[in-house]
Amino acid sequence: MRVPFVGLMLGLLLLASPARADDFTADDVARYEKEFDGVRADGRKLWTDDKLGANGVVCAQCHPNAANTHPETYPKFQKQLGKVAQLWEMVNWCLRNPLERKEPLAANDPRMTALLSYIAYERRGVKIRPGEH
Amino acid sequence: MTRLISRRSVIAAGVAAAGTVTTLPVSMVRLAFAGEREDFSFAYISDAHIQQIKGASFVRNWDMGLRRAVAEANLLKPESDFVIFGGDLAQIGKREELDHGAEILSALKPKLHCVMGEHDYYLDLGDYWRKLYGPDHYSFDHKGVHFVVLNSILTDDEWTLRHWATAEQRMKEMANLDSPNGSPFMVGEAQRAWLREDLAKVDLDTPLIVLSHSPLQKIYKGWNFWTEDAEQVQELLRPFKSVNVIYGHVHQIQYNQIGNISFNSVMATAWPWPYPEAYTQAESHLPVLTVPMNRADPFFERDATGWQLISVHSGHVAARYKLWDNPKRTVSFDPVEEKPVDFDYRDAALRTPSQSHY
Repeated sequence: MRVPFVGLMLGLLLLASPARADDFTADDVARYEKEFDGVRADGRKLWTDDKLGANGVVCAQCHPNAANTHPETYPKFQKQLGKVAQLWEMVNWCLRNPLERKEPLAANDPRMTALLSYIAYERRGVKIRPGEH
Repeated sequence: MTRLISRRSVIAAGVAAAGTVTTLPVSMVRLAFAGEREDFSFAYISDAHIQQIKGASFVRNWDMGLRRAVAEANLLKPESDFVIFGGDLAQIGKREELDHGAEILSALKPKLHCVMGEHDYYLDLGDYWRKLYGPDHYSFDHKGVHFVVLNSILTDDEWTLRHWATAEQRMKEMANLDSPNGSPFMVGEAQRAWLREDLAKVDLDTPLIVLSHSPLQKIYKGWNFWTEDAEQVQELLRPFKSVNVIYGHVHQIQYNQIGNISFNSVMATAWPWPYPEAYTQAESHLPVLTVPMNRADPFFERDATGWQLISVHSGHVAARYKLWDNPKRTVSFDPVEEKPVDFDYRDAALRTPSQSHY
């Protein structure tokens, strides 16, 4: 009696959910990566956007190609913040200080996501070394 | 106290230590030529990047760097023979920026000689800069040394004259160091011809000091730490006994020796740049001689910025870097190894983590 019942349930499940959670195609992957590419391109635009701060200074002035941002070392003790911090907190420190921006960006602000995407992309392939100075 | 090799320089160092300037944030060492030339030194300030925000408001950070360098250079005793400004006075070449920078520089007591930078040039092709400072390439002699100033940030005519819809767009592309739409720097054929003619009148034993904004070497093309016709320019300098190239643009300590030519970079007063190897997606060729400056700490606004005192000893340059938030660095010519050396850090065991954590 049980086996056919279980078989029936499985059958119903199969009919009810034709797509499985781990079932993505090569086209899907291309689409997801294109989404990312768009966001990191936005990040690059922000990297040279003189309206990001209040004084016209842009990230690219001190960090050409996002060099010396060391995303692979975060979280780490960040001297300027006096604590172990994440990269987005340091981005806000830079926005506030050399760029004189009044309001920080929230961690999940699309602009912060874009900036972090660009930073990570320019550092692709470098080994993760959290906590390293 | 800087360690220098010759007997004369030991004497000279003693003179400095005799204490005209121990209370000042700058040091002054006069080095004697081994020979008949008079000793002298000069201050070198570079890469101010004066940046207008709006109207009479300029980025305070960069203003402070230039003001401080000018004030300190004025404190030198004895007074510097002259001062060189190494290029990039303005950020995007606007008259307001050049005027504001020129006004700050005008406080300098010694005579000022200026070098053109790309940030000064690409808005109006140097017109206003030349009104302020005269020709963008020229030469002069001083106490037995022949100085040549080059405009080494030119690029090809197509990019300069025909490619961009507006001058502002052209300037913006050159202003962004990492712009993929930039174009490699060069001295160019016309100026090389001028250089050849100028040098033809100079005795081969006369020390040469060439002042340039771009490195006259090929270090990293992606950031225009590059001079496209470097080899041809070096070829013109080859016959001379001692040649020194001093260049700006890179906003960091670099030094090198190629044949008979010593190269020394100067710091920016505005902000530091990472060393090219910090960008892992591309290959670069920082001179292997260079012991890097300490990694910049943005918490200290003036860290990794500064100016330098250049002294000339036996036809060779010593660069004393005045770093405002770090131990000073001195790069001088080692007559034994015949190349510029930072004696304090020559031994790799003496280097600090700040010099390797990039």
